[in-house]
Amino acid sequence: MSFDLNFIGILIGAIMASSVPLILAASGELITERSGVLNLGVEGMMIIGAISGFALMIITDNLFFAVIGSMLSGLIISIIFGILTQSLLTNHVATGLALTIFGIGMSAMIGKNFVGIPGKEFPLLFVNLKENIPFFGPILFGHSIILYFAFLLPFITNYFLKKTKIGLIIRAVGDSPTSASNQGINVILVRYSCILYGGAMCGLAGAYLSLIYTPQWIENMTGGRGWIALALVVFATWSPIKVLIGALIFGGITILQLHMQAIGFRIPVQLLSALPYIMTIIVLVIISRDSRKIKLNTPTSLGQIFYKEK
Amino acid sequence: MYKYFLRYIISVLFLLGLSVQANADFKVGFVYVGPTGDHGWTYQHDEGRKAVEAAGIKTTYVESVPEGADAERVIRQLAQSGHDLIFTTSFGYMDPTNKVAKDFPNVKFEHATGYKREHSNVSTYSARFYEGRTLLGHMAGKMTKTNVIGYIASFPIPEVIRGINAMTLAAQKVNPDIKTKIVWVFTWYDPGKESEAAQALIDQGADIIMQHTDSTAPVQVAEKAGVWSFGQASDMQRFAPKSILTSIIDDWAPYYVERSIAARDGTWKQQDTWHGLKEGMVAMAPYNSAMGSDLVKEVEQLQKDLASGKTHSFTGPIYDQKGNILVAEGSVADDGMLAGMNVYVKGVEGDIPQ
Repeated sequence: MSFDLNFIGILIGAIMASSVPLILAASGELITERSGVLNLGVEGMMIIGAISGFALMIITDNLFFAVIGSMLSGLIISIIFGILTQSLLTNHVATGLALTIFGIGMSAMIGKNFVGIPGKEFPLLFVNLKENIPFFGPILFGHSIILYFAFLLPFITNYFLKKTKIGLIIRAVGDSPTSASNQGINVILVRYSCILYGGAMCGLAGAYLSLIYTPQWIENMTGGRGWIALALVVFATWSPIKVLIGALIFGGITILQLHMQAIGFRIPVQLLSALPYIMTIIVLVIISRDSRKIKLNTPTSLGQIFYKEK
Repeated sequence: MYKYFLRYIISVLFLLGLSVQANADFKVGFVYVGPTGDHGWTYQHDEGRKAVEAAGIKTTYVESVPEGADAERVIRQLAQSGHDLIFTTSFGYMDPTNKVAKDFPNVKFEHATGYKREHSNVSTYSARFYEGRTLLGHMAGKMTKTNVIGYIASFPIPEVIRGINAMTLAAQKVNPDIKTKIVWVFTWYDPGKESEAAQALIDQGADIIMQHTDSTAPVQVAEKAGVWSFGQASDMQRFAPKSILTSIIDDWAPYYVERSIAARDGTWKQQDTWHGLKEGMVAMAPYNSAMGSDLVKEVEQLQKDLASGKTHSFTGPIYDQKGNILVAEGSVADDGMLAGMNVYVKGVEGDIPQ
């Protein structure tokens, strides 16, 4: 059993890799929800992204197309959600659930021809540095470009929401669509954009699974990660940085509990398996108990249908 | 009045026609725990279903049915919609299958890997996968350099524990220093979690990865990390061409065809089937030549001996973790003991989750 620093570095690297899909999907959904739209279709958009990315990789043999294509397909499927909830004013919860079911079924159908094909190697950056620098090497280097993007995203999102005009508009639309509309903001257009952005990020999260994390197509391969991302957004009280913390805790404890089993800790395995869920909730509840901040961050009109007065 | 009577006659004739039609339309239903594209457990069951279809019998299937309340609903629906024989292909379907069987005495049920046959229309069947595990253990014991074998386990049921024990006993025989490290993932199928478990075991020093879960993710992780692995349920060789030493293959097709024809022809009887290497329900994928021709020959001989009954996977003396004797010297474990196995043998680390 090696407990040297380098091993801990490898462990942290693995934890970061496992939290990438959660960060991507949750960051996308966070923007959607901040605009007042509750899209429960995260899992469905992720799985569509996963199969599209993998299929394009096989067909075009080009990873760039595969990644872009997965984002586009997530975006396209989220258009369906947008049309239904924003233009036809259907219920957000029901439509989102339907989107998930649709996505899982659709991906299985498209995926029939791609089952059992091994994936292609995704290029990792700075592999030399990873092996030559102890401890920090495996943490900072040897990852895919999507991982670096995922770890920057929460900070960008935070800045975007707090410091830019568009961010302010999105928050205004989420908090009070009626007043935003009276100010001359096109609420529907803003919400559409946020839905599409969320869809693209979920698609990318799915592609990370099928192209990099477990490079192959298997039905249902997202395995409920979309639902965890959704829960993260709520428990992180719509704060991008807390989403990042939550995703890392979840990924970290998931991996640590497997290691603890392998080492042979005498803790009931069922408890270990439940630990990621319990700890993530506890930590996020503790770090976000400032009720003033919760009030500030919670999109007041979340999930409510917006009727534009004519 | 006459008009109504005519209508009545016509509808009765129509219904009679329908029921005759239903009799002629012998249908077999399958309930799967995973998707047919898992390339493991469910995939092999579906290959069996295709063989039944090829024999000229109509089949339907429902995939990705969770074990539990949902399963009962699906099984009941199949029974109601005119299926004459229903295969329920996961351990967790045991109670739901028996429950539905009680309400549909005319429908035949076949439950895989279970032991409850509460009604005369329920049969059970399983394969002696542990014979395959014995071969895996032999190879693992010979091939390991770190003497640590990593084992990804799904649920603490006799089936899984039997596999762990059979593997450990065989590995100890050729290499007394080996340790079996087990990670329970509490799922049959979650590629992400399975690959994380495989990685954790490799990080903890395992240079052999074995799985009792259904996806191909663990062998791919093993391939990347440059350690040995074994495929589960179907030949997973193409997912990890360098790493896989062999795969245990479940071949359900002959059994499914035989039972479906028996049910159609009215000769179906309740039974408990437990077939192994001998009958071909358990088969081994081609052995990887990377392990050397001597070892391949050894394993092939062991496979023959297991099939002929000359060797048994559980030959005494076998001790449990505390050192109590489970099987006396010179005798072998009987099927009853194997079916209900719920203790680890000596040499396995950790406790069984309760």
